[in-house]
Amino acid sequence: MNTLMKSKPLNQNPIQPKQEHKKTVIEVNRLNLWYGEDQALKDIHMNIPENKATAIIGPSGCGKSTFIKTLNRMVELIPTVKITGNIFYREKNILDPKYRVEELRTRVGMVFQKPNPFPKSIYENVAYGPKIHGIKKKKILDEIVEKSLRDAAIWNEVKDRLHENAYGLSGGQQQRLCIARCLAIEPDVILMDEPTSALDPISTLKVEELVKKLKENYSIIIVTHNMQQAARISDQTAFFLNGELVEMDHTSKVFSNPRDKRTEDYITGRFG
Amino acid sequence: MKKHLSVSELIQQNKQKSRAFASIREKTIPFILFICAVISVFTTLGIIFTLLFETFTFFNRVPFIEFITSKEWLPFFESDPSYGILPLLSGTLVVAVIAMVAAIPLGLTAAIYLSEYASERTKRTLKPILEVLAGIPTIVYGFFALTFVTPLLQKFIPDLSFFNALSPGIVVGIMIIPMVASLSEDAMNAVPNSIREGALGLGATRFEVAFKIVLPAALSGIIASFVLAISRAIGETMIVTIAGGATPTLGFDVTSSIQTMTAYIVQVSLGDAAYGSTIYYSIYAVGITLFVFTLIMNLLAQYISKKFREAY
Ligand SMILES: Nc1ncnc2c1ncn2[C@@H]1O[C@H](COP(=O)(O)OP(=O)(O)O)[C@@H](O)[C@H]1O
Ligand SMILES: [Mg+2]
Repeated sequence: MNTLMKSKPLNQNPIQPKQEHKKTVIEVNRLNLWYGEDQALKDIHMNIPENKATAIIGPSGCGKSTFIKTLNRMVELIPTVKITGNIFYREKNILDPKYRVEELRTRVGMVFQKPNPFPKSIYENVAYGPKIHGIKKKKILDEIVEKSLRDAAIWNEVKDRLHENAYGLSGGQQQRLCIARCLAIEPDVILMDEPTSALDPISTLKVEELVKKLKENYSIIIVTHNMQQAARISDQTAFFLNGELVEMDHTSKVFSNPRDKRTEDYITGRFG
Repeated sequence: MKKHLSVSELIQQNKQKSRAFASIREKTIPFILFICAVISVFTTLGIIFTLLFETFTFFNRVPFIEFITSKEWLPFFESDPSYGILPLLSGTLVVAVIAMVAAIPLGLTAAIYLSEYASERTKRTLKPILEVLAGIPTIVYGFFALTFVTPLLQKFIPDLSFFNALSPGIVVGIMIIPMVASLSEDAMNAVPNSIREGALGLGATRFEVAFKIVLPAALSGIIASFVLAISRAIGETMIVTIAGGATPTLGFDVTSSIQTMTAYIVQVSLGDAAYGSTIYYSIYAVGITLFVFTLIMNLLAQYISKKFREAY
């Protein structure tokens, strides 16, 4: 780990053009990851721009979830995982064991594939994050809850039932509640792992609209296996295959004029 | 040359061969299973009926009001016996309360550790050990209370009598720790991991996940496990018979000899109470009181875990 930490955050990515005028929020450098003996991520280099939506696409099992769970170190919950390489979040190496995961996860929030609200009231779901980080005043919490629910475009649907159990909401509402819960601690980056795969088309549309709005203030990394979705909402698209990052570029470029044959095959539906 | 048969033809052939037997089997098996179920239900009903019948005879001789209000349980007094259940009830409750005070903190802590902190490997070693502990015959616990715990306690509490409520109470507590731990752990295990991940993803520590998410979510199951453990403590017999004494006393003095409902039943069963005597019938009245208490506890546990269960 120590030798790896010494390498500086350089933009040495051969397959990704240098991003002019844009700030990088996360820089991934020579990232390798194993589950026991099986390598799931192979030598990943990636720069993730600030205040953009970056889509990650690829066939299932190619390592998309593994990759974004590495960005907030949730992947470490699996005991067999081994990681080498560096991930710099705002110039600091988050894979450094001294970097506190709790600190990282308050800055890099996550929305999961299946909505996973806590078995508590809608209010308590949103207030949980601020509360564990020491915000106790009822008035401040009330404000945070309202603002987060508004930002997650669900306030009007729940404002009269804030103290009812979150499990009474529909799947789409639950997912927007989870987004509100994530916004409540004002993260810098939001990771989303196929956030609409368990939702109906109308809820999916609402979440997509939300992502487009949120990227004004947040850097978003969204995994999706729906290529139309990637095309609709993202600025950058990264294509993964068998644990490798095959290509990453502006979304319009990836879909209209991919550089790699494998990307072309995938987006034209020839495999995967 | 052998004729080639398709799979569907083979299935068709076999069906025809076995159809006759299958139809008998399909009709008789459910009937046999039904009879077995009925037998077990009727056995239970039979026991309750016997209890009720003999209790009825008891209350023909001793007024029900005396049974529930008299403060003395002195059935062996030749001239003026007294049948007030309260002293036996208080003995039982004192032991149960001491047991819960010992078992809840330890059992719950063990459950939290097993469910939230222990690695898979530690879990695989510890859970079977807990189950072995739950399988130790209670008479062993009884002698453990009498010959080890009581002398040990006497070092700290000099006027603790040889038979007392404290020692068997603690040992009943030790006996039910595995039950509390295992049932509470089941309740916490039922909380899906996705919810833990949601909290960890907000920057919560493991401690915050355990105490502010998992524990509240599993609360109904945990409380149900406590209630079942109380029920078990109330019904516990050997430990209190051996180490608790045989002096029915109303009150909450844990240092002197007491008697529980179960211990009284054992005392009479082992003695030579004549068939048909009031003492003989009294064990049925005590038995049904015990039955009512544990039944209420079990129903309460069921109610709590059903009513307040989270559907994740
Ligand atoms: N907990 C795990 N243990 C072992 N292997 C895993 C685990 N999770 C994922 N993998 C493996 O890692 C690879 C990438 O999985 P994943 O990141 O879930 O892919 P995706 O999200 O793109 O479908 C797959 O081959 C998968 O089998
Ligand atoms: Mg996935």
